[in-house]
Amino acid sequence: MRSKSLLALPALLPTLAVAQAATPKPDSGDTAWMLTATMLVLLMTIPGLALFYGGMVRAKNLLSVLMQCFAITALVTVLWVVYGYSVAFDTTGMAAGTTNLHSFVGGFGRAMLAGLAPGSLYNTIPEAVFVMFQMTFAIITPALIVGAIAERMKFSALLVFTGLWFTFVYLPIAHMVWSGPGSFLGDLGVLDFAGGTVVHINAGIAGLVGCLVIGKRRGYPTTPMPPHNLGYTLIGASMLWLGWFGFNAGSAVAANGSAGMAMLVTQIATAAAAIGWTVVEWITHRRPSVLGIASGAVAGLVAITPAAGTCGPGGALVLGLLSGVICFFCATRLKRYFGYDDSLDVFGVHAVAGIVGALLTGPLAAPALGGFGTVTEPGMQLWIQFKGVAFTVVYSAVLSYAIFKGIAVTMGLRVDEEQEQVGLDIALHEERAYNLS
Amino acid sequence: MKWINAIIKPFTLDDVREALADVGVQGMTVTEVKGFGRQHGHTELYRGAEYVVDFLPKLKIEIAVTDDQVERAVEAIGNAARTGKIGDGKIFVIDLEQAIRIRTQEVDADAL
Repeated sequence: MRSKSLLALPALLPTLAVAQAATPKPDSGDTAWMLTATMLVLLMTIPGLALFYGGMVRAKNLLSVLMQCFAITALVTVLWVVYGYSVAFDTTGMAAGTTNLHSFVGGFGRAMLAGLAPGSLYNTIPEAVFVMFQMTFAIITPALIVGAIAERMKFSALLVFTGLWFTFVYLPIAHMVWSGPGSFLGDLGVLDFAGGTVVHINAGIAGLVGCLVIGKRRGYPTTPMPPHNLGYTLIGASMLWLGWFGFNAGSAVAANGSAGMAMLVTQIATAAAAIGWTVVEWITHRRPSVLGIASGAVAGLVAITPAAGTCGPGGALVLGLLSGVICFFCATRLKRYFGYDDSLDVFGVHAVAGIVGALLTGPLAAPALGGFGTVTEPGMQLWIQFKGVAFTVVYSAVLSYAIFKGIAVTMGLRVDEEQEQVGLDIALHEERAYNLS
Repeated sequence: MKWINAIIKPFTLDDVREALADVGVQGMTVTEVKGFGRQHGHTELYRGAEYVVDFLPKLKIEIAVTDDQVERAVEAIGNAARTGKIGDGKIFVIDLEQAIRIRTQEVDADAL
């Protein structure tokens, strides 16, 4: 797991020089896999997530969603290089068991990727590849939030939000979980193999807060707002499924047994969740739906994410089925009951499956329950996982609220009524997705 | 002369066209339309959000016929478009005052 490892390379060099005269070289197998995994994770956002979301909105807003995902990819890449990687992964001042400012946030020592050279290593892979791999995670997380505020947010406001949220929410949480010894949540013992907490709970909670601050789409829930192209949605879900192997198996940061097992349990949990959602839907709504099976699969992918490095095949089956069933009720019942307009169910799928997965990661890591972790007391680990989830929920909710509210009172979050009526494609981009005739 | 305006299920179009040709109708206009009658619509369900779709896709065919063709044309459409299930459509017959073929200036029966 990546949390063990950001080596202070210069400090190690003398030792290595004594042990073996040659300079350390990257492992070609590990490097080849991580190059591939990085591209798979990028594929999850563009076009995977973009199509998954794009198919669910009305035809007049398709381009706006694609544009949001694509622009976030570009913006976060730039911010990641300038200071993001440093704030997330600079380990200066950190020591195992010590809680200080650097347990919560990294410094600017690696700003502009200072010190990065072709020969820099992170474990057994070039650090450049690690920088890229982690960048793709930073990209997809704010892109996930797009689903909650779809069809009504100003593009300019979204860009400002992305920059602020990436800086004040994503980077600190990523640092607290993944930056190694001395990191706040890492030292608590929270298990998060590939980002259930950092990516999915974080984005899901921000999505819920965002849809509450920005308000419902005009006409919701009385006006029909059916998905305009579920074919896109299924293609997008399929790309997410495929790309997720890079996300989960890539989080081993090596081509090894842990990566192989992560791939296997990812497939198992995803299939189980797709079946879980579909069966419950078939029983309660009398029809199995394309949107349902795709949503179930994504719920399973989210749920297995934190557990992918530690749970066994049996645990993955249970985790998948549970997440599919629970997310079905959250997306179809909970939202209607409370009346919030989380347009594409970022909370109902990502936050909920993220929480189910993050909690169960604890007990399912125990060898007694078929896991491959070092957990000996499932109950105790469940409590540690709960603390990690609770901290992330509160942190993300408070900071996301402040950022959304700040933008709302300064530049405004929403397009005006007429623009919303016409559709964001024409109103904001002066283009339309479909010119048929 | 009469103007026949019929709403039919889309998949019956080929049968209707052949049946009308058999009774001597020389041309027709077909339009894709949406509407509802007794059939009403259907419901769609997306993640628990249920929408009632009121307007169903149908075809509207329009033909002009001479008075002596009316009965056979109506019968032809009725037989070809009938499935016996709800939603088969309707046939409207309207008086037609004048018809002119633009190319030759022929009028009425000669123009049909």
